[in-house]
Amino acid sequence: MAEPVHADETLLKTPLHAEHVAVGARMVPFAGYDMPVQYPTGILTEHNWTREHAGLFDVSHMGQALLIAEDKSHETVARALETLIPADILNLKPGQQRYSQLLDDKGGILDDLMVSRSADEGDSGRLMLVVNASMKDADYAHIQAHLPNGVTLKRLDDRALIALQGPKAVEVMAKLAPETAGMTFMAARTMKVAGLDCHVSRSGYTGEDGFEISVPADKAAELWRAILADSEVKPIGLGARDSLRLEAGLCLYGHDIDPTTSPIEAGLIWSIQKRRREEGGFPGAARIQQEIKDGPSRVRVGLKPEGRAPAREGAIIATPDGREVGIVTSGGFGPTVNGPVAMGYVSRDVSSVGTDLHLVVRGKPMPAKVAAMPFAPHRYKR
Amino acid sequence: MTTRYTKDHEYIRLEGDTGIVGISDYAQAQLGDVVYVELPSIGKSLAKGAEAAVVESVKAASEIYAPVSGEVVEVNGELEATPGTVNEDPAGRGWFLKLKVKDASELDALMTEEQYQEFVKSIS
Repeated sequence: MAEPVHADETLLKTPLHAEHVAVGARMVPFAGYDMPVQYPTGILTEHNWTREHAGLFDVSHMGQALLIAEDKSHETVARALETLIPADILNLKPGQQRYSQLLDDKGGILDDLMVSRSADEGDSGRLMLVVNASMKDADYAHIQAHLPNGVTLKRLDDRALIALQGPKAVEVMAKLAPETAGMTFMAARTMKVAGLDCHVSRSGYTGEDGFEISVPADKAAELWRAILADSEVKPIGLGARDSLRLEAGLCLYGHDIDPTTSPIEAGLIWSIQKRRREEGGFPGAARIQQEIKDGPSRVRVGLKPEGRAPAREGAIIATPDGREVGIVTSGGFGPTVNGPVAMGYVSRDVSSVGTDLHLVVRGKPMPAKVAAMPFAPHRYKR
Repeated sequence: MTTRYTKDHEYIRLEGDTGIVGISDYAQAQLGDVVYVELPSIGKSLAKGAEAAVVESVKAASEIYAPVSGEVVEVNGELEATPGTVNEDPAGRGWFLKLKVKDASELDALMTEEQYQEFVKSIS
């Protein structure tokens, strides 16, 4: 058995670090931060609790930033960002959020991110970005290097980010911020939550209904405690966050998507709106438009092993007659599915749902089938 | 009854010339929820330190090594359906396999209960 990893003094701490330590969370290094991988009840219990009640996640390690047009014009800031991402930001309505990807010149994914447009008129010409913790410095440098005059990037390092996820999330939130009950999936608003100034979106990374709440760092612990005071809410670590997003079929940057994968191969075409597909004007547009037209040579698929053994990242995917056709990019045990689940890239000719494949686990071919994702149904508030 | 421990947190409990192999309570707590156990086939000969089984938690797979050399004479098939038994009762119902011990003197190099508890204290 491997030795446990000990906390490193040089790791960064989120504003909620002391809250996790106080309740006995197991802390591990993640993207340069000392983060809770699980609380004493363990990953299975946390996963199931989130699916049945509401789970509270500290995701303050993620990068929050504002993109600001000096002329306060939405068009100015939207056009600037559209040179870097394939989503339609120009037509993003006030109070809406969209998922997208920063692309390199070959259409490879540099990072994935959330972009929201404020509902407040006074905030015109501003977009809020949320990027991955491990990529934030690189993302900010990349964005800054490509911004036109008159558009600036402002890091919001003084803010924490808290996610409340699960079927009871809305009930819990409505007690602290009644306005949240009327929001639909991917809506975003500034509002008071438990009396604190927050930016709230109805979104998340679990497949469940829920919210992500951006709050000033010095108020984060107060908000964390106010939400946790509800008996429907328990804190959830990164371990369950990973099993929840895997069952939801959501990509993890650096694993399921990276500069070697395009959004089309990754099955993220839904995040490229019609106008952008037609007009292009984003990095790697030629390749992406070609892949939309002809189909990519390989695609990300869900994989359901037929036995009980989990197939993890790096497992080779082969046909039953031994032809190597791909690789697993995420895999493990799905507590809601009550069995192993995985995703990976395979040649398009073996990508239809129901195709029999083998996943090579510890040198042994294990039968599996291409499966529709999500593995656990999404329960977003549409 | 003699129980000995390895630095990799396996235990072996000797009953006659058969050793029952599992993982320590410390090990199961470090692993977290066990969701799958891969056991060796009966009759397999294992050298001391060879991979004997694989235990998987939600997060990762870990190898279980043979504490001493021997032949696998029985495996705990119940773990297939209820792998969580490893967490609930690692020293009892959560055992992995039984080895017919080849050379009992190999046990002398392993830690006693007391030594193991000291070892766990020193690393945690």
